[in-house]
Amino acid sequence: MPMDEVALDHAHDDHDHKPGFFTRWLFSTNHKDIGTLYLIFALIAGIVGYTLSGLIRWELAEPGVGVLTRFVAGEGDVAIQNAKHFYNMVITYHGLIMIFFMVMPALIGGFGNWFVPLMIGAPDMAFPRMNNISFWLTVAAFVLACISMTIPGGSAGNGFAGGWVLYPPLSSTTGHPGPAMDVLILSLHTAGIASILGAINFIVTILNMRAPGMTLHKMPLFAWGVLVTAVLLLLSLPVLAAALTMLLTDRNFGSQFFNPAGGGDPIMFQHLFWFFGHPEVYIMILPAFGIISHIVSTFSKKPIFGYLGMAYAMVSIGVIGFVVWAHHMYTVGMDVDLKAYFVAATMVIAVPTGIKIFSWIATMWGGSIEFKVPMLWAIGFIFLFTVGGVTGVVLANAGIDHSLHDTYYVVAHFHYVLSLGAVFGLFAGWYYWFEKMFGIKYNGMIGGLHFWLMFIGSNVLFFPQHFLGLQGMPRRYIDYADGFATWHHISSIGYAITMVATLVFFIGLAEALIRRRKGVANPWGEGATTLEWTLPSPPPFHQYNELPHVTAKGGH
Amino acid sequence: MRHLLAALSAALFAAPAFAAIPRDGALGMQPAATRIAERIHHFHTFLLWIIIPITIFVLILLLWVILRHNSRTNPTPRKFSHNTLIEVIWTVVPALILVGIASQSFPNLYYQDVPPNLQMVQDKANKLLADGKSAEYERFTKEYNPEAAAQGFVNVKAQGNQWNWTYTYPDITDDAGYPLEFVSNPLQVGLSTDSKEGIRNLSVDYPMVVPAGRYIRYYTAAADVIHSFAVPAFGIKTDAVPGRLNEGWFLVDEPGTYYGQCSELCGVNHAYMPIEVRVVPQEQFDRWAELMLAGDYDAAAASVQTIASVEPATKFAAVTE
Repeated sequence: MPMDEVALDHAHDDHDHKPGFFTRWLFSTNHKDIGTLYLIFALIAGIVGYTLSGLIRWELAEPGVGVLTRFVAGEGDVAIQNAKHFYNMVITYHGLIMIFFMVMPALIGGFGNWFVPLMIGAPDMAFPRMNNISFWLTVAAFVLACISMTIPGGSAGNGFAGGWVLYPPLSSTTGHPGPAMDVLILSLHTAGIASILGAINFIVTILNMRAPGMTLHKMPLFAWGVLVTAVLLLLSLPVLAAALTMLLTDRNFGSQFFNPAGGGDPIMFQHLFWFFGHPEVYIMILPAFGIISHIVSTFSKKPIFGYLGMAYAMVSIGVIGFVVWAHHMYTVGMDVDLKAYFVAATMVIAVPTGIKIFSWIATMWGGSIEFKVPMLWAIGFIFLFTVGGVTGVVLANAGIDHSLHDTYYVVAHFHYVLSLGAVFGLFAGWYYWFEKMFGIKYNGMIGGLHFWLMFIGSNVLFFPQHFLGLQGMPRRYIDYADGFATWHHISSIGYAITMVATLVFFIGLAEALIRRRKGVANPWGEGATTLEWTLPSPPPFHQYNELPHVTAKGGH
Repeated sequence: MRHLLAALSAALFAAPAFAAIPRDGALGMQPAATRIAERIHHFHTFLLWIIIPITIFVLILLLWVILRHNSRTNPTPRKFSHNTLIEVIWTVVPALILVGIASQSFPNLYYQDVPPNLQMVQDKANKLLADGKSAEYERFTKEYNPEAAAQGFVNVKAQGNQWNWTYTYPDITDDAGYPLEFVSNPLQVGLSTDSKEGIRNLSVDYPMVVPAGRYIRYYTAAADVIHSFAVPAFGIKTDAVPGRLNEGWFLVDEPGTYYGQCSELCGVNHAYMPIEVRVVPQEQFDRWAELMLAGDYDAAAASVQTIASVEPATKFAAVTE
């Protein structure tokens, strides 16, 4: 290439020229645009998943089958019968959509794409076009999941209604002969491919494209979180894909992997599923861990306490996460020695998790904390994740899990770590980077109101579920014995409070978009030390034409 | 400490005996009817004494930094980022706490998971008596019941179907050698045709009946999809998996009616396949079995409607009272 052409190219870049609308947003190869697309997508999928949970709580507010009969065909008892299937379908897709199409796309696809390259001083992701296909495959997967809700599942109605864990024989032709399950398998395969491609992209980017001087041990913790997450995705998703493929061939081509009549074993599916499924829960929380670390450090105006411990706590959570899967299966009839092993291995995870909690508090200790909106979410996260963590220690003990397995105690536990953990981390990141991403300021009052409503609402929603579980209320029930009525009712009131919170969130978003108060490069001051705050808000279309050099210690 | 524990237990678990239905507004577990459940209650209370203080500790630390280390009270942040000693402490102390938990967890797990060897129970009890070790005998008989062991197991199979349970008593056979087997259907399935009898969503037409004060060994199996056999008051939950035969055990001293519900999503009527277990004195059980074998299910069910009282067993009533 002649010299003047190279010079021209540079001039071209310097003008921060953006391609036209369709080229920019449909064929996007820019990590920031793809990150924005992921966030918009997660917002839409989140609304769907949140609406489904609203149907659940509305139905469960009172004993008996009531509300859902309005959403299904038929009258009287026919409607009730249809509503039972509809309810099971709603809980199934609520789980799948929230996991695969809300939390993962937002934390990994959205914030990961936006901020991993910015934080490590890279101009873009390693494989920009693969990044694009990851996003659009995720969209395709979501569309397939939505389609599968509307096509026949079994004799009882549309959609697959066997829980997000997809256990056969309920998910095989015995339980759901209709095509909904096949489409759902296709959806999850597609989402899995998208995630594997995304994971490869993140791993390669983080390992090869860090700015000169940024060793792994100087890398920001969010990048660490995404790196560990990506490795977990890469190692666990193929196992899910294998299980799904076996299920698909069982359903369509006469194989007998999970059919005991043909020599198969339905428990094998559970092992394969949870070999993916357990790392999956860390996949959802590790990026949030990273976000919380940066926010706590920024608003305490202190470097992260025990940086290396924090990074390797995440690594060890990732590693141990692969050897604890069968604690989801204590009641299936495993050998008692095997259960004992899984009890021990599972409890070990409490140690690195404890290190993280205490290190966050130590980061705040001696700090000069400012209670801006992201910090409220981060402190809320730390406390609520502690609550979810200690109930996790309870459930780790097979002796108690025999009583609590598949009860609302488990529902409360995993919503504390995901709905109040991962989602609080998500909102924390949203308010932390909003100005950076979109170049406009949000209203701090509205953000604070959003936090407090959400904090109160989600606790009222989920805390009573511990009591329900201890009393023996099983999961996935459309109707319950009258002795469970009070706490279910209170739980549903909690949901109503979160609805107000969600409304406030959208009001805050609309207000920011309408007012368009111009953002600054670094609204948080001296505490914000990572590289993204050295760039203007929003960052230029292409950043770091001159690679930044990382020399000083700190900056994590 | 002991008194505090007892007070907490009482606050969380206080409930009348014989009641094994979910209580509205309750905070804790259903009252324990077996030693298994009682040990679970003890263990759970033990865990509460660990997890609640830890949560409060974290909360206090958070409140402390919020109040003392904010931009108003502490305008100049300190710059430290390492303290090896404290990092070692918060790694080692939680690890030790976990070891403490494990020391309770494993004995509990093995106790409930492994059906006792009844011959060994008798031999050990006899040996302790013969050796005059009365304290040890007391302790041993708190966990195991030598008299019940002498009578052997009562075997029951619970097979999950969409959407009811089939109970089989392999040792109770008719003249032709066929075992007692019957289907237990829910009284309510959420429809307008529901019976108004019984406890809504918990009662069945023909309950599972077992004798009080006997070792029960139950097996679970499934005809179609996975179900789960669970009775909270007994502290048991065992999945019923097609192609597998899982087992478990329990021993209930207190005659009464105990309820459970299917605990693995099994399709449309998952919420409507309750488990009703009537624990009755041996004589009443024998009478029930006779009527069932004769095919008079309704008479059999009626015969266990009122449960004959026996001398109240005090042995297993500790935590809940």
